[in-house]
Amino acid sequence: MNTLAILRCLLWRDIQLVLRRRSDVVATLFFFMVAVSLFPLGVGAEPALLQAIGPGVLWVAALLSALLSLGRLFAADFADGTLEQLLLSPVGLSLAVAVKILAHWLVSGLPLVLLAPLLGLQFNLPADVLWVLALSLLLGTPLLSLIGAIGAALTLGVRGAGVLVAVLVLPLYIPVLIFGAGAVAASASGMNPEGALSLLAALLVVGLVFAPYAAASALRVALE
Amino acid sequence: MPWFFAIATLLVLAGLYLSFFVAPTDFQQGEAYRIIFIHVPAAWMSMFIYLLMAAWAGFGLALNARLSFMMAQALAPTGTMFTFLALITGSLWGKPMWGAWWVWDARLTSELILLFLYIGYMALQSAFEDSRKADRASAVFLMVGAINVPIIYFSVKWWNTLHQGASVSLTKAPAMATIMLWGMLLMALAFWAYSIGVALWRVRCIIAERECEAGWLNNLREKE
Repeated sequence: MNTLAILRCLLWRDIQLVLRRRSDVVATLFFFMVAVSLFPLGVGAEPALLQAIGPGVLWVAALLSALLSLGRLFAADFADGTLEQLLLSPVGLSLAVAVKILAHWLVSGLPLVLLAPLLGLQFNLPADVLWVLALSLLLGTPLLSLIGAIGAALTLGVRGAGVLVAVLVLPLYIPVLIFGAGAVAASASGMNPEGALSLLAALLVVGLVFAPYAAASALRVALE
Repeated sequence: MPWFFAIATLLVLAGLYLSFFVAPTDFQQGEAYRIIFIHVPAAWMSMFIYLLMAAWAGFGLALNARLSFMMAQALAPTGTMFTFLALITGSLWGKPMWGAWWVWDARLTSELILLFLYIGYMALQSAFEDSRKADRASAVFLMVGAINVPIIYFSVKWWNTLHQGASVSLTKAPAMATIMLWGMLLMALAFWAYSIGVALWRVRCIIAERECEAGWLNNLREKE
């Protein structure tokens, strides 16, 4: 088998594994919905206020849901030895990790992107802002998966990994949050969101280049 | 090592003398500005120690040298302490000057995130049973953090300028009197000497702890 075929196999396998146990993904999405719906209950249902906090709330909730799904990324493969097989496979660990991250994004990041505009309606966001919200999440959620993969790889086989991953990854998520929520807030106040979106895209490119490599070297530590 | 502590004590005495008795009272800020002599050197050290730790971690990963990992580990508490000190003195200073304990200024925010990164590093380091794994995993995290620190700094800066106009900023301090600069430099040197001394002390403890089974250490102990 050539490299591409192996990678395609890996991608399909990861997606199928998740699709056969849908409850995990659905629970994460449900968490996203509940977390977003809590805010109007907490701060009051004033339309102007909701419109002002909407972009930030949606983005923070997306960040936390991305965090929740990180445990699935490597833990099962680490437990049953699949990761060691990947390490031995001829495609190279960085590429394999990149494909795993892609699969993870397809099943846990992409649904967030599709769901977020719907939830934005609860916050009185106008239609053009909803487009920017979806676009910013489309650029931002892959980055969340990429950075999160580093944290998930670092905490493999560690006691209390769930909390630790949050402590490690959340500070690194801050730039994504700032540019993502910044783009939405800018378009909500009538400014041009292009600047923040381009910066987000630039970060995504940097993340695509470096994050699989960093995650792979963290996995090597866990597997040695 | 005792030498560094002696130098640190002397420099602290000289620096404090300069800052409390020789330096003139500030025209605008009165006596309260004198906290600058602790605040600014502490902030310098907090950033510099992080870079130093990342450099040690890089050496450690490249050369597989155990001592450099230990140096990074030994520097971490000192760096955390200085970051905390800079934040505390900053808020003590901010209360009389700006009228608020905390302002979401770019520098304050990035210093806070730096504190989170330090804490994350120490949490990761202590989570592993195996000290060699802990070393390598936390070194990867340090490197990732070091790449992220400039990104975080600029994102926070732009975020801040996006939301609120030119509010209070430390950068527009007028050209300060030479005597004040001297006081600050002396304090910075004192903090340097203290950091070197305490890091070397801590690394001795780490070596003693990790190598407690080794023959050479027991021989050394018998000789003493």
